[in-house]
Amino acid sequence: MKTVKSPFKFKGGVHPDYNKELAREQPIEKLPLPAELVISMSQHLGAPAKCLVKVGDFVKRGQVVGEKNGFISVCVRASADGKVKAIEKRLGPAGGKADAIILDTTAKPDGEEAAAPVTEPILPPLDWKTASREDLLKRVEDAGICGMGGAGFPTNVKLNPPPGKRCEYLILNGAECEPYLTADYRVMLENAPRIRLGVEIMRKILGGPAVRIAIEANKPEAIKAMEDAFADIDGNVEIVVLPVLYPQGSEKHQIYATVGRVVPEPPALPIDVGCVVENVGTVAAIADAVELGEPLLTRVTTVSGDAVTTPKNILAPCGTKYSDLVAFCGGEKVPPAKVVSGGTMMGFAVSTLEIATTKTTSGLLLLSPKRVTQYASQPCINCGRCVRACPMNLNAADIAKAVEADDIKAAEDAHVMSCIECGACSFSCPAYRPITQFCRRAKNSIRARMAAEKAKAAAAAKK
Amino acid sequence: MTIAIVCIAGVGLVAAVVLAVADKYLSVKEDPRIGMVTAALPGANCGGCGFPGCDGYARALVAGTAPNGACAAGGDACAAEIAKILGVAATATEKRVALVKCCGTRSEAIRVGDYNGICDCNVAAMTAGGDKGCTYGCLGYGACANVCPKGAISIHDGLAKVDKRLCIGCGKCVAICPKKLIELVPASATIHVLCNNPDKGPSVRKVCGVGCMGCHLCEKNSGGKEAGHFTFQGFLAKVNYENPPTDAQIVAKCPAKCMAEDAHFESGH
Repeated sequence: MKTVKSPFKFKGGVHPDYNKELAREQPIEKLPLPAELVISMSQHLGAPAKCLVKVGDFVKRGQVVGEKNGFISVCVRASADGKVKAIEKRLGPAGGKADAIILDTTAKPDGEEAAAPVTEPILPPLDWKTASREDLLKRVEDAGICGMGGAGFPTNVKLNPPPGKRCEYLILNGAECEPYLTADYRVMLENAPRIRLGVEIMRKILGGPAVRIAIEANKPEAIKAMEDAFADIDGNVEIVVLPVLYPQGSEKHQIYATVGRVVPEPPALPIDVGCVVENVGTVAAIADAVELGEPLLTRVTTVSGDAVTTPKNILAPCGTKYSDLVAFCGGEKVPPAKVVSGGTMMGFAVSTLEIATTKTTSGLLLLSPKRVTQYASQPCINCGRCVRACPMNLNAADIAKAVEADDIKAAEDAHVMSCIECGACSFSCPAYRPITQFCRRAKNSIRARMAAEKAKAAAAAKK
Repeated sequence: MTIAIVCIAGVGLVAAVVLAVADKYLSVKEDPRIGMVTAALPGANCGGCGFPGCDGYARALVAGTAPNGACAAGGDACAAEIAKILGVAATATEKRVALVKCCGTRSEAIRVGDYNGICDCNVAAMTAGGDKGCTYGCLGYGACANVCPKGAISIHDGLAKVDKRLCIGCGKCVAICPKKLIELVPASATIHVLCNNPDKGPSVRKVCGVGCMGCHLCEKNSGGKEAGHFTFQGFLAKVNYENPPTDAQIVAKCPAKCMAEDAHFESGH
């Protein structure tokens, strides 16, 4: 095990204000069980889970309430004991509406004494050293684990490369390049042994790849914690210290920065260049699922920003309402001008605190009017700053202009599908042009067109 | 000089002969009715009939593969003229016009955020479902107005309105609306439900002062369920345009104020 400097540096990137000092010294605190949980069926990437319970049912903590529905999908488990109050469409952090179970955690079944806290594990613990690869994969799937960095890709799919493809490098994503967020940082400091165990389990599942732990240079304590935890591990394990640059935490850029490989254009995946990237939180969740039999029911979320009384890193059940998180932090210091679910660069502004966390909610930011500027977008002045900032080597200015003229074809020819929506272009634009939004619009139109073409081809094949 | 004139005249003469012969023996026989039908169509090339422009529709009509009456813009007069040319009966059409099923203006429907992104409904809808509290309602960023070939749609107080007299019923606005709240309705129908929110009454009222609560009063006041003037989707009343209500009383009696007697905006063109 050794610590090395990142051997490669990607082109582009920006340096937003990190503002991590607000929450970085706050140890992870456990949230008391809220009275109401909103458990969404769509907490991951891919098809939403199929709801298995009905209104009035009593559910147990860890019970499967949403069934995996398709290949790219994971199951949803109840984060607490309680009674199903309602099943309705609720607004998710990203804006879409999805079926959600409203759970009343204070209700007890009739005639039953207040049940003693359950001490036995939800799933039978496994000994990872003796368990087979298939058993471990099945456990990751049963525990409902998906990528906890933000995208929520089902982890069991990632850990099971298609035939003919081999994972050579397992990369642990501890970059956390989003401003304000410190959840991964605290997990690395406080749960280092769990991360080490998770790495060993994943190494077994993936057939012994080399391990790279990628951490940005502005987190020396996390690097130290990882060095201590992995000091006596054998095999090819390296801690890679990355330069501080946004979007260093992007999967593709992390692969380039640590092993120098370039992931081709979509639909190629990291596994096509022999890499699997996992967030440190996900790795700790895998360790819990295997060793303790504890499915993914809670996660660490950073609640920060200058409009919250005490910024905190909170271990809360998935499905906790934002209002409960804010109340636990002592409420609002000043009325926030903007509430962002996630980080400031890629997060989504939300309009209400009635939205609940999911398995992928890494942060909740309350920003005061001082931090939020109102602006009007102006015409492009061809300065090229977005082109310099784009980490995907795209000509963002041209793409934005093409989309503005409703020429989606031109945007597609300019490789807009490679855009990772990191926001570096909008961040650097002196004319306040919403360039990322233009790219997102083009991607949505192209995806809709592709889906229509696919449906047409399928219908033609049927004939 | 003389040689040049003779040469050019000679080349011209030879080419003229070749062209004359080619025109006689290689000509493509086109049905003259295609030109006549094209002339009878309005020439808006709106694509509302499902064919690529008026010429495409005319060819399909002459070939007998399209029903006479698919042209919403031309209406009955156009269909009758085409029937005269082609000798086929016109299928009776009723002029259909677009109806925006939302009446939540800026003063009635709450806005939950300040949206300062790209001024387009489809983009706004991608951003947390838009800035309107009601996630089913008209965002008012004018995607329909931009796509309308006749300039029949305009935005008033954060709400799209259709000018009934300009609308040719091509349906382009229906296709582009991210909230799917524009519907083509018979131009003769006068009573409409201007809401698209199927949620329960209390959650509708939380976001809009003029949202349908699904109280069924319109149905009761128009002769009950048997009369069949209304259908319900969740907690949302929908006018059955096969059998539209005519009694203007029900509009006044609607407690939610989501009904209108003639919802179409008259721009005074």
